[in-house]
Amino acid sequence: MHDSSEHKQERGEAYEEEHVHTVYEEIASHFSSTRYKPWPIVERFLKDRPNGSIGLDIGCGNGKYLTVNPNVYIIASDRSTNLVQIAAKHRPHSAVVADILDLPHGNHKFDFAISIAVIHHLSTSERRIQAISVILDTLRRPTSAGAQGSKALIYVWALEQKGSRRGWDEGDEQDVMVPWVLKGAKGSGDADKTFQRYYHLYKKGELEEDIQKAGGIVLESGYEKDNWWAIAGPRRIEAR
Amino acid sequence: MKILTLNFLTCARKACKPQATSFPLHPADSTLEIQESDLNIIFLQNILPRLDWPALISITTELGLPGLQAEPPEAEDLVVKEGGAKAEGEGMEVTEKSEESEKEASQLGKDLHRLLIETTIQEGKLMCACCGHEYAIKEGIANFLLPSHLV
Repeated sequence: MHDSSEHKQERGEAYEEEHVHTVYEEIASHFSSTRYKPWPIVERFLKDRPNGSIGLDIGCGNGKYLTVNPNVYIIASDRSTNLVQIAAKHRPHSAVVADILDLPHGNHKFDFAISIAVIHHLSTSERRIQAISVILDTLRRPTSAGAQGSKALIYVWALEQKGSRRGWDEGDEQDVMVPWVLKGAKGSGDADKTFQRYYHLYKKGELEEDIQKAGGIVLESGYEKDNWWAIAGPRRIEAR
Repeated sequence: MKILTLNFLTCARKACKPQATSFPLHPADSTLEIQESDLNIIFLQNILPRLDWPALISITTELGLPGLQAEPPEAEDLVVKEGGAKAEGEGMEVTEKSEESEKEASQLGKDLHRLLIETTIQEGKLMCACCGHEYAIKEGIANFLLPSHLV
């Protein structure tokens, strides 16, 4: 598969800074006003967590999932300060600015994690796998004595979405730029401004494969409205 | 940023995380603010077992906040004890009833709500004792993005 000309720039951290982070910082307020309805599988996952569970929402955006279950405590994080300021308003939870690859959380401490529509913004396969491995590191591991490990729900945009307004499908280019149009204020004379966001569209089976490469176990997975999702857990601590 | 949050944060640097000194982060030059909110005593009781109590003591001491008891409290210490001797004789039924009814927060419960949920750091820094790096808190938001030479 060949990259189109706009992808000539080498992908990695600097590329994401320009084509993901800066864009979200600029469109934060408009983006947030369009993101309020929780997706059913995420809602179910969060509601199933026992009361008093401590979890992470990695790449929380405007924090729309922080309203789902007030009986758990979530520390949310995002790269965008503007989005974190919106997310931080949801009690009783917390929100901080952090990079998914350098999370300010101890290893093997948390009861659950969600990362919804985040991993697909990392621009190389290596960085996406690394991100999953960082998420898995935050979770409690199952022990040989039978204690259950904790779980992460990961959601990514699917390549196979023929019925969506984007219309991508199997065999199409997976690394794409997706426009976000910020309308100029009415009567201000400001022109509309279009921002291009980078996405890696996941094909069938790819998310599960990445979770395995990251050293995790896929517990459940599926497809929901243009997205692939998986519930993953860390491997058991081997008896020494 | 709530004081509760500090109980779940470490240095963001991979090299620091395995070191015991990367937790808790140490607040400095802090401007504190009380942001009042409804007391949810059941929420506090539920998360209580997950708190690192010694870390909480060291943070409150560093912030110059009122001292905490040396030993972590039990969930039942956060609510006013019910009916004393009368309740004791009636066994299971009473236990169930008391779980259904509204629990009244004890002074300790109220104090913990004020400390963990309502007390916020609005401006300041969080320092890692392992590497010495300082993370800024501005307008109540802590920023853990690392400068490129520390990644």
